[in-house]
Amino acid sequence: MTTADDYGKFETAWCPGCGNAGILKSLKKALAEMDIPPHKLGMVSGIGQAAKTPQYMNCNMFNGLHGRSLPAGQGAKLANPELTVIVESGDGCSYGEGGNHFLAAVRRNVDITLLAHDNQIYGLTKGQASPTTAQGQKTKAQPFGAPSDPFNPVMVATAMQAGFVARAFSGDMEHLTEMIKLAVQHKGFSMVDILQPCVSFNKVNTFKWYKDRCYRLEDHDPTDWAAAMEKASEFGDSIPIGVIWKSDKPVFGEGNPAMDGEPLATRKYDKADLEKIIQSFA
Amino acid sequence: MSATSINILIGGEAGQGLVTIGQLMAKALVRGGYHVLVNQDYMSRVRGGHNFFAIRTGPEPIHCATEDVDILVAMNEETIEKHRKQLTERSIVVAGESMDTSDLNNVLKVPFKELASKELFHNVVALGVLGSAICSDISILENLLSQTFAKKGQEIVDANLDVLRKSYDWVKEQDYDFACIPPASDDGVERVMMNGNEAIAMGALAAGANFLSFYPMTPSTSVALTLIGKGAPLGLRAEQMEDEIAAVNMALGASWAGARPVVTTSGGGFALMVEGISLAGITETPLVMILVQRPGPATGLPTRTEQGDLNLALYAGHGEFPRAIFAPGSADDCFELTHRAFDLTERYQTPMYVLSDQYLADAYTAIEPFDLNGLPEVAGPVLEPENAKEYKRYALGESCVSPRAIPGFSEALVKVDSDEHDEHGHIVEDAENRVAQNSKRLCKGCELWEETIPPSYYGEDEPDMLFVCWGSSVGPCLEAMEAFDGKAAVLHFRQVFPLKEDQFMPYLEKAGTVVSVEGNATGQFARLLRQETGFEISSFILRFDGRPLTSRYILAGLESIR
Repeated sequence: MTTADDYGKFETAWCPGCGNAGILKSLKKALAEMDIPPHKLGMVSGIGQAAKTPQYMNCNMFNGLHGRSLPAGQGAKLANPELTVIVESGDGCSYGEGGNHFLAAVRRNVDITLLAHDNQIYGLTKGQASPTTAQGQKTKAQPFGAPSDPFNPVMVATAMQAGFVARAFSGDMEHLTEMIKLAVQHKGFSMVDILQPCVSFNKVNTFKWYKDRCYRLEDHDPTDWAAAMEKASEFGDSIPIGVIWKSDKPVFGEGNPAMDGEPLATRKYDKADLEKIIQSFA
Repeated sequence: MSATSINILIGGEAGQGLVTIGQLMAKALVRGGYHVLVNQDYMSRVRGGHNFFAIRTGPEPIHCATEDVDILVAMNEETIEKHRKQLTERSIVVAGESMDTSDLNNVLKVPFKELASKELFHNVVALGVLGSAICSDISILENLLSQTFAKKGQEIVDANLDVLRKSYDWVKEQDYDFACIPPASDDGVERVMMNGNEAIAMGALAAGANFLSFYPMTPSTSVALTLIGKGAPLGLRAEQMEDEIAAVNMALGASWAGARPVVTTSGGGFALMVEGISLAGITETPLVMILVQRPGPATGLPTRTEQGDLNLALYAGHGEFPRAIFAPGSADDCFELTHRAFDLTERYQTPMYVLSDQYLADAYTAIEPFDLNGLPEVAGPVLEPENAKEYKRYALGESCVSPRAIPGFSEALVKVDSDEHDEHGHIVEDAENRVAQNSKRLCKGCELWEETIPPSYYGEDEPDMLFVCWGSSVGPCLEAMEAFDGKAAVLHFRQVFPLKEDQFMPYLEKAGTVVSVEGNATGQFARLLRQETGFEISSFILRFDGRPLTSRYILAGLESIR
């Protein structure tokens, strides 16, 4: 039986009051409740405060490059389908630098989970606008207000009919834990956009700001795409949290015999087969 | 080198089936016991333009392409104009009936419409005429066509065979003057026909490569396509990525999780991957990069050849980490060196490169099937490390290579980090740890240096003229050496980095004139040689017009040196 303690306790480099702490706690709880032992989990991350999450967990970890966690995570899953792969990322990492990879990951539908810590600001580089910062919000780097419209990752993923799309709030850990579990258990690409305050650099989208707006979805049918699009677009005075959209479309590689599930690390080829292939050039 | 060789050039527009005719003809020659060397020249367009497929063939091994065209198969009039200057006294031109050939004296004007009712079969007509003109055995051509069209059904096969025979027989009734190809040397070896990119793909498969992530880019694409086409029965998993950045990062994620990945690209794509290569360096993740060069900068000449990316490969990646760069000179090298790149990346856990080029990529040659049993077994990761619970991915110990475990196979937790990290793989900014981990990584470079492949030396012991070359330049250098009036030799580097001085300095010091022969404008390898050894080469023969080096180009270049 796996417990949250198996994932260890580490001193973090996060600010006191940072939403990351709640996400880390919820993640460990979700993993324990699903009984996924640390050595069967592969955490893949990029760069940013969110991407440090795997540093504070006892588990396999691939802490790679800014924005590149989704390609690396998909590669890990394709190499070993028996591994549970979770990509831990921030709004700058996966929606900005890695935006192209985000779109491709949604389309590809490899069976991995993206947990995106969305604080609508760049934390690690100390307070510039992120792709999800509201248009007009002033920062040190955007003193006249962020010039661009914000990216709505939940709406984009839903519009693309991703495998599984949920939104959560770091301040509602019970709900967040449930969302993480549903996402990990989903076969195919799943994502949870996790709203969280940045206590140091985002003075607009504070804990209270989210707390006052987020409400749990009830009586929403996440397989109704039109309804899902409506809920996905709701972001402002009220913000729905919960499973926005899900589908059971085919997982990447289904029907391809080369993807038959065996880990590549133990797969050996037969020399006689290769000899035949070489002879086919005659 | 064969005075007995003949050079067949098939020219026309893209979309006219030149490659089909060329490949079938070349394959028929290989099956007939001949050596071949193919040079493909094509434009960056799908239809139209002027392309050619040149086959130099003969009973003896052939080192490189040549300018003289003995048989010009013109699928359009433009081909005659473009290649007129390459015709010699013994040349024959195979042309269509409507083409203006009034000023050429040895022409076979082929009635394409009469020999084939449909335009679809015109390339089979050309094949029949060409095969007949050089007295190739028709049964070999028949077998080839049958195999090629077998999947389309007997009716299609028969229609093709009918056109082939009619065209072959038509030639026999014509009045023209061309000597048959000399008989093949009967050495009893059954060769296969492969180009450089196909041989790279086979080398990767032989080394156990089982994962491919790539973004298509000429001239590397056929490595990926061969891996996909041929690798499926061996269990190769492949994905075409959204971009090159994704390709290299996916490969690294897969490598961490136990795959043996290969990444294929050309210079422009490689430029995008540089960040990922640096990640391979610090995370010590095995990675083989196949970089098939074409002329740059930027998009350059997309479908042509150059050896201009040595500096890019040499310095790719920020920070300091070891690497080795292999530069194949032949299809055999492509196979062997790709295999070696995998062997080394597994043993040293640092990125390895195979640096080929468009000329070699597309150059079909006749080769003996590779000896798989003679290859060293490629080492793999440790699936179940001792004291798994205490496992440290970056353990500092007696060896600079830490045992590499794979996630999920034991209770060992495998933590890799792009930040500087401690033995466990956790971010640590401590100065002493930085020095220890960075030194551990760089120390692998010293061991790697010990394993450097010596350059190959050909020719006279104390030559007046020494051609120094790397990668695919070796063929034309060997032919130039043979044609050189005086004592000449060739020093060919199949590994261009790292360099081990004692393996080659005596050759450089004993030679009269040392000439660097490279397919780039700045003599990148000669500069590297000077940087590493202090030995300065002051004579250069450089080609950077996008076309392959030839012995004639080298010999002409010597005129300005001497």
